[in-house]
Amino acid sequence: MLKKISFTVNDTPVTLEVEAGETLLEVLRNRLGYTGVKKGCGVGECGACTVLIDGTPVDSCIYLAVWAEGKKIVTIEGIARNGELSRVQKAFVEEGAIQCGFCTPGYVLTATAMVESGKKYTREEIKRELAGHLCRCTGYQNILRAVEKALNDQAQGGGSCASYR
Amino acid sequence: MASTAVGQSVTRVDAVAKVTGQAKYTGDFIFRDMLVGKVLRSPYAHAIVKNIDASQARALPGVEGILTYKDVPRNKFPTAGHPYSLDPAHGDKADCTILTEKARFVGDAVAAVIARDELTAAEALKLIKVEYEVLEPLLTPEAAMREGAPLIHEDCPGNILSASGYDIGDIEGAFKEADYIFEDELETSIVQHCQLENHISCAYVDSDGRIVIITSTQIPHIIRRIVGQALGIPWGRIRVIKPCVGGGFGSKQDACLEPLVAAMTLAVGGRPVKLELSREECMIATRTRHAFKFKIKTGVSRDGRLIGMHIKAIANTGAYASHGHSIAMAGGSKFRILYPMQALKYEPCTVYTNLPVAGAMRGYGSPQITFAVESHLDNIASKLHIDPIEFRLKNLVKEGYVDPLNGNAVRSCGIRECIARGKELIKWDEKKARYKNQAGSRRRGLGMACFSYGSGTYPVGLEIGGARIVLNQDGSVQLQVGATEIGQGSDTVFAQMVAEVLGIPVDMVHVISTQDTDISPFDTGAYASRQTYITGMAVARAAAEVKEKILDFAWGMTDIPAHALDIKGANIVYKHSGEVVMPLAEVALHTYYDTVFAKPITSDTSNNARVNAFVFGVTFAEVEVDLKTGRIDVLEIYNVHDSGRIINHQLAAAQVHGGVGMGIGYALSEQLLFDEKTGRPLNNNLLDYKLPTIMDIPAIGVDFVETFEPTSPFGCKALGEPPIIPVAPAIRNAVFDATGVALDRLPMNPQRVFEKFKEAGLI
Repeated sequence: MLKKISFTVNDTPVTLEVEAGETLLEVLRNRLGYTGVKKGCGVGECGACTVLIDGTPVDSCIYLAVWAEGKKIVTIEGIARNGELSRVQKAFVEEGAIQCGFCTPGYVLTATAMVESGKKYTREEIKRELAGHLCRCTGYQNILRAVEKALNDQAQGGGSCASYR
Repeated sequence: MASTAVGQSVTRVDAVAKVTGQAKYTGDFIFRDMLVGKVLRSPYAHAIVKNIDASQARALPGVEGILTYKDVPRNKFPTAGHPYSLDPAHGDKADCTILTEKARFVGDAVAAVIARDELTAAEALKLIKVEYEVLEPLLTPEAAMREGAPLIHEDCPGNILSASGYDIGDIEGAFKEADYIFEDELETSIVQHCQLENHISCAYVDSDGRIVIITSTQIPHIIRRIVGQALGIPWGRIRVIKPCVGGGFGSKQDACLEPLVAAMTLAVGGRPVKLELSREECMIATRTRHAFKFKIKTGVSRDGRLIGMHIKAIANTGAYASHGHSIAMAGGSKFRILYPMQALKYEPCTVYTNLPVAGAMRGYGSPQITFAVESHLDNIASKLHIDPIEFRLKNLVKEGYVDPLNGNAVRSCGIRECIARGKELIKWDEKKARYKNQAGSRRRGLGMACFSYGSGTYPVGLEIGGARIVLNQDGSVQLQVGATEIGQGSDTVFAQMVAEVLGIPVDMVHVISTQDTDISPFDTGAYASRQTYITGMAVARAAAEVKEKILDFAWGMTDIPAHALDIKGANIVYKHSGEVVMPLAEVALHTYYDTVFAKPITSDTSNNARVNAFVFGVTFAEVEVDLKTGRIDVLEIYNVHDSGRIINHQLAAAQVHGGVGMGIGYALSEQLLFDEKTGRPLNNNLLDYKLPTIMDIPAIGVDFVETFEPTSPFGCKALGEPPIIPVAPAIRNAVFDATGVALDRLPMNPQRVFEKFKEAGLI
């Protein structure tokens, strides 16, 4: 059964017909070409497919596309603007938090939401926020460092300007 | 020579692509009319396919093709990612077919569907009716080796894939000479790579009738050959393209999907077909790490010298050979350099069972044997009342030692310095004193373990690397290698090497990250921690050749002899003074457009490295053990490595982080579980398989003892795999220190530890 839905992806309005069973991951990757959204397990265990839905990190592999009606979706492709990396992305690059890169988009989006929230996090709280993401390359060391750095940069930079802008 | 690029923590060349989502992985190649392939897997661990009725599936709208073993070439082929051997006796075991008429594990590929989309393909799988004759599943090596056990592969008597070992010196004489004899039995379990990107390949036939395979692999050039063997077609008719790879750890050093996806596209007239495994499939139908059982007997002198060691090992290789015929031997060869002793006998036996296929995984047999030997050494030290570090120091290898069997020499060795550094980092002496007389239910302890490993596979395997460099008009260069970037950072270190030799900034080196067997130089790929060392030699040669040509060209332009010139900071300079003669870009431009002398500069080099370099290192761990629950917490952990000169400290440390993280999982939580009667997998998903999360991994301390390996142009040695090797035994030895309980099996999860504590009367 097809259903017509409208939402925005990285501020671009999209209207299309989706099957009731199609996931947001499938629609973003296969139909809209947002291949930065990765599929690592398909059942919400690894976090590689994370996107922001109205600012909240969500596993797009277990989020039906029909639920996206009227939502504001941000994928990894929408984080850097005009070739300028966001502070989260810069922190990942500087801290060497990237290896195979397959989990990276998901982490960057969750970290972006954390930075956006304007909250202060202890190291344990950061770990808890990131615990929905799996990484097999890094032992999580540099990812943790990068997210801490992005949060610190945010605190020092002041304000809560949209960091992915 | 002061380094400008080598030794610097240069940012990864692929960092921006990966952090912005632009990096393209196999699944990101989406073709307009791409079909979806899916595999029908056996529900039985051991069964003969009597009949397949696919008529209903074939009739389902949207199904484009159904394949069974009758519809695909039935050539037996090897899947292991080793170089082809001209000597058939040295070749890999060819025991696979594209689809099987005999299921050898739960998940074996019995039939395949090609359909217009995922749902149709999944629906079609359900409509295929297979009649099986179920055979007795052989789920342990003991069951498989039992007299009269059915044969898993008809040509393999006793279900024994391989039993070659070695015998150095007179072991019985050594035991007679020894003052003490110690014996232990230790065991490891089956674990899985769990790289974030599942196995995925897609294939189509191009307008020349050649099969193009885009695939997530560590070994594109080897894949081309294996697909040729599987299909029985000339290898040049196959083109393999390797884009970004989302992790491999050895599971992609194997032809798991490519022969089948090639058969799939041929079945649908060359239309593009994607074959992507689910996580559940990936965890059972690709590769796992061999479980080993060890029996070790060691003779020691009164003063703590190792006199002789006899190791018997049984490795469970699962349903097909993959790398099984070489892993037990590889582990046994790489470890033996660490403690030279007068007699060492190694008797491994690798056995087929009806479990998923074990293959290459980070460390390739070394984590298993190192767990056994390093745990055994701590047991001995404890019985002899010797400090475990002192015990090792009495026996460790020294520079100049030559392996008596393969002739590889220890030309650089920093193991003693690694131990000293690790001891200091963890505050060994201070904490040892503090934890001496602990009571209560939570106890702390310290442990350490050492390892040795090789850089590549020489002399067992061919170690060939290729590099091609093209000088652009502006003085920048393209670098092409056949070696593969799979996340470890090889492209970046190669760029650093070129920048170093050519005297240009790293950002003037453009690394072509995609390997394409039509275009990329020949190189066997990412395995055996070989690329920085082996491919690095080819890269250095190619860069030196380009430099020589540049300086010759500059000689023609300036009348200054090439031998008086150098390149620094992207300028041609006088070698003696550094005075700038002209920008490199000016020379480069003339190489393209000089009306008389134009001849663009390139080099295309291959290097057959008939050398190897031993690497060494240690893990030091501090644990807290909860006697009531059997829970082990790693409080502090440090890895110190001698990997020669470090090309990029940030990337090197990152390799260590990943290896230690994986080692903690191996030590404490990970194990693939199977139903003991049927062989059905019980936890082949990322929830039930206990992969460490960010909550489970403590801060990981990393340090390097930078020796200079003379056989490498940059002094470097292997690093990729080694960090995992000593982690599990170091944690195990720390638990032994904390509790006095000599754990003998991985993983040391709470249930197993609790049972051991009970047995020992601690609870």
